[in-house]
Amino acid sequence: MSVETSAVETDSTSADFMASVSSSEKQNRVSGFAISDEVVLETKDVNVYYGNHHALHDTSLAFHKDEITALIGPSGCGKSTFLRSLNLMNREIRGCRVDGEIEYRGHNINTPSENLYELRKSIGMVFQQPNPFHMSIYDNITFAPRRHGVRGKDVLDQMVEESLRGAALWDEVKDKLDKSAFALSGGQQQRLCIARTLAVHPDVILFDEPCSALDPISTLAIEDLMRNVVKDRAIVIVTHNMEQASRVSNRTAFFYMGDMVEYGETEQIFQRPNDARLNDYLTGMFS
Amino acid sequence: MARSAAQAQDAYLERSQRNDKIATGVLTLIVGLVMLIVVSMVLFILSQGIETLFKPGFLTEASRANGTQGGVAYQLFDSFYLLILTLAISLPISLGGAVFLVEYAPDGPITSIASTAIETLSSLPSIVVGMFGFLVFSVNFGWKYSILSGAVALTMFNIPILVRVIQQALEDVPASQRDACLAMGLTRWETTVHVLIPVAMPAIVTGVVLSAGRVFGEAAALLFTSGMSSPVRLNFFTLNFASPTCAWNVFRPAESLAVHIYKIYGEGSPEAQTIVWGTAALLMTCVLLFNVAARIVGKALARRMTAE
Repeated sequence: MSVETSAVETDSTSADFMASVSSSEKQNRVSGFAISDEVVLETKDVNVYYGNHHALHDTSLAFHKDEITALIGPSGCGKSTFLRSLNLMNREIRGCRVDGEIEYRGHNINTPSENLYELRKSIGMVFQQPNPFHMSIYDNITFAPRRHGVRGKDVLDQMVEESLRGAALWDEVKDKLDKSAFALSGGQQQRLCIARTLAVHPDVILFDEPCSALDPISTLAIEDLMRNVVKDRAIVIVTHNMEQASRVSNRTAFFYMGDMVEYGETEQIFQRPNDARLNDYLTGMFS
Repeated sequence: MARSAAQAQDAYLERSQRNDKIATGVLTLIVGLVMLIVVSMVLFILSQGIETLFKPGFLTEASRANGTQGGVAYQLFDSFYLLILTLAISLPISLGGAVFLVEYAPDGPITSIASTAIETLSSLPSIVVGMFGFLVFSVNFGWKYSILSGAVALTMFNIPILVRVIQQALEDVPASQRDACLAMGLTRWETTVHVLIPVAMPAIVTGVVLSAGRVFGEAAALLFTSGMSSPVRLNFFTLNFASPTCAWNVFRPAESLAVHIYKIYGEGSPEAQTIVWGTAALLMTCVLLFNVAARIVGKALARRMTAE
């Protein structure tokens, strides 16, 4: 199984470690080891242009199952641009062009014939500002699945409960599912947005600075949540908050001026950066 | 040296503050003047027309002697009928146009030509629209002086207003709503119909009702299209829609309140004059009510959208 391969790759060969990993079935965040080598999503020499502006150069990265990958870097470094290429959301921006291969489960999705609607069910996205729909909490979750053809009250009820439990929101809202989503706090709204994304069972979830509009307690709740939902899927998070990246992610990629400068296990990136620019960024020379 | 710099700064601050006070005063004066114009106009028209407006029969009787006697019941009905037909034609077209321009249109020559065309249409003098309507609908299509000709002419200058209003309303929907839908694998159409239009609805309703006020008071475009006279007798209870006296027949001529004012203003008789002022007061009251209704309905819808 993939668990074995990665454990062999790491310098820890102890049987205890393998056992502990497979029993908990969670990645060992403390050491930053990956337990999975299964690549879900991979980019090969991706370039993004806004009109004549070349915003992202030759970026190749792989995202693994059961892992959280953080994309960090100063504002305007191309990390969000890159994230928005992964579910082809950049196609919605006029004048934006994405070159290169984006392989989802071994199949290049960056082609004109790719079915965006099917793809985005598999690659979900959570945005910077909580953006629930102007609907009830219940409808926020069932809206997209119903548009995708899911029918039956029992099925939908169950989906709502599962998704809200998955997003650690069920206990707070189970008695007011028919209330407007806008009656919730910012942190609750963001968890509702995650629940809504979970309802379509994506393989990959992209988080675009999901906590930048939230208070510290809500931020920690979202981080916990990410670690819980990463099982059997890949998570990619863009964040400005370096503590967040080091707390939550298994691997980190550092972007600077449209280049993916350094990529590695999170611990290495934060403890032993190779690139001088990454080192400067981490030590607060610029942000 | 340092002291003179400090003095210069003090003088500068004093000047800025004085300028700010002057600007505040001038701007307040301008707004006061505008309000004075509106209020004095409303009060003057009401003072001239209110007596007629509340005269028994003015709102319920048909006019007699070519409009110089009697009431304005048919003109009132015709105005509303024209308005409803106009909205029925222009609203779907405008909605479609605005959705296309905001959600679908690619940046390029077609979109900019469409936008320019819409803006040009909105600045066409309404009398020219009326003449065009007369030649095309009344003469070429053979609709003669009819409610339908009038409604189509009104549609032509209502469309640009509505397109602009709806476009603005859709553009004001936060981009995050659109992103959320698309990122869930929904199509642009699903996004527009189920999320964007409902969110934009308060602004759309407000805009539509305000545009209704303009359509309701229009005269020039109707002179040549729906004509300057209502049938002497209208029958509201017939199902014979082809009958020239059937109130609902869209091929009969009609006279809006504004056209009625234009028609009888030149009549010298004192009674005709009281009818003119009464009609003016009625028209103005209706338009004011539209504006108030637009605000109330828009606010109520917005409240329903956000809380509950």
